[in-house]
Amino acid sequence: MSEFLTSCYAKMHRGDVILAYKGEISAGIIADTLGLVEAKLSDEMVENLIRKKLYNVLVECLQNLFHHVDKVPGSESNFGAFILSKTPEGYHISTGNMVKADKTKVLKEKIDKINSLSKEELKEFYKFVLNNQTFSEKGGGGLGLIDIARKTGNKLKYDFTRYNDEYYFFSLNVLVSE
Amino acid sequence: MELMNIEGTPKTPTVVMNPNTGVIDIKGRSIPENSIEFYRPVVEWLDEYIKNPQPNTVVNVQLEYFNTSSSKCILDVFKKLEVLKKNQKDVVINWYYEEDDEDMLEAGEDYESIIKVPFKMIQIVD
Repeated sequence: MSEFLTSCYAKMHRGDVILAYKGEISAGIIADTLGLVEAKLSDEMVENLIRKKLYNVLVECLQNLFHHVDKVPGSESNFGAFILSKTPEGYHISTGNMVKADKTKVLKEKIDKINSLSKEELKEFYKFVLNNQTFSEKGGGGLGLIDIARKTGNKLKYDFTRYNDEYYFFSLNVLVSE
Repeated sequence: MELMNIEGTPKTPTVVMNPNTGVIDIKGRSIPENSIEFYRPVVEWLDEYIKNPQPNTVVNVQLEYFNTSSSKCILDVFKKLEVLKKNQKDVVINWYYEEDDEDMLEAGEDYESIIKVPFKMIQIVD
């Protein structure tokens, strides 16, 4: 398991890494990371609007990760990984987590649908889900990915790497353009 | 009815709701993992308030960030205000956004198109 995760994690890297984490995903880790990134972005004098957008998208990506990590039987923790990095295009946020094989189809269809929509269609889809879906205690009722796509204006890149018949490693990469 | 005053934290907004003036302020950031828990007392307070409201209710929303988990709860808050409107009371939502922050302006416009309450989009200029 550990070797598999290390190789998946390695594939998530691109550009200059600002922050990278792999390990147990807890509410505390997410909160600490957001605090750290916020301090770092204000130190580095990132332009206000980019900083706000990046922070907003990062909140959504990390909370999504937190809500959707599937624990693999036999492994010790709720394993997940995230990397914030910079390339000339802008800031990249990558998240990775194990998902049950039976969830991959729905997740893939959902992202493909989001990626197929225009800016205007995404707005309508967001409003539809906001107004019509009941939210679970757990998460945002499926608005997270739509919101990320809307705010970044970029397609969501993703990959599933097979671990065994029951589990896949799901990685998501989003770009906040500069 | 009592004034409600919830102090802000790095994850949750400051909320002040005054039953005597009809002014409601929601200010700061709203990014808790579980927003339902945070907004429950706010919605409950509004349930009481709409039974015996002021003739004019002014709601000021000035958020720096909010997550999608909060967006549904904010919609629930606004839906309570629709009831005031339906009962012939005056109500306005002042939606503040920072200069050039199109994401926040659009978020306000999304609500405006769903909720049958007048909105005012107010740009904050430094």
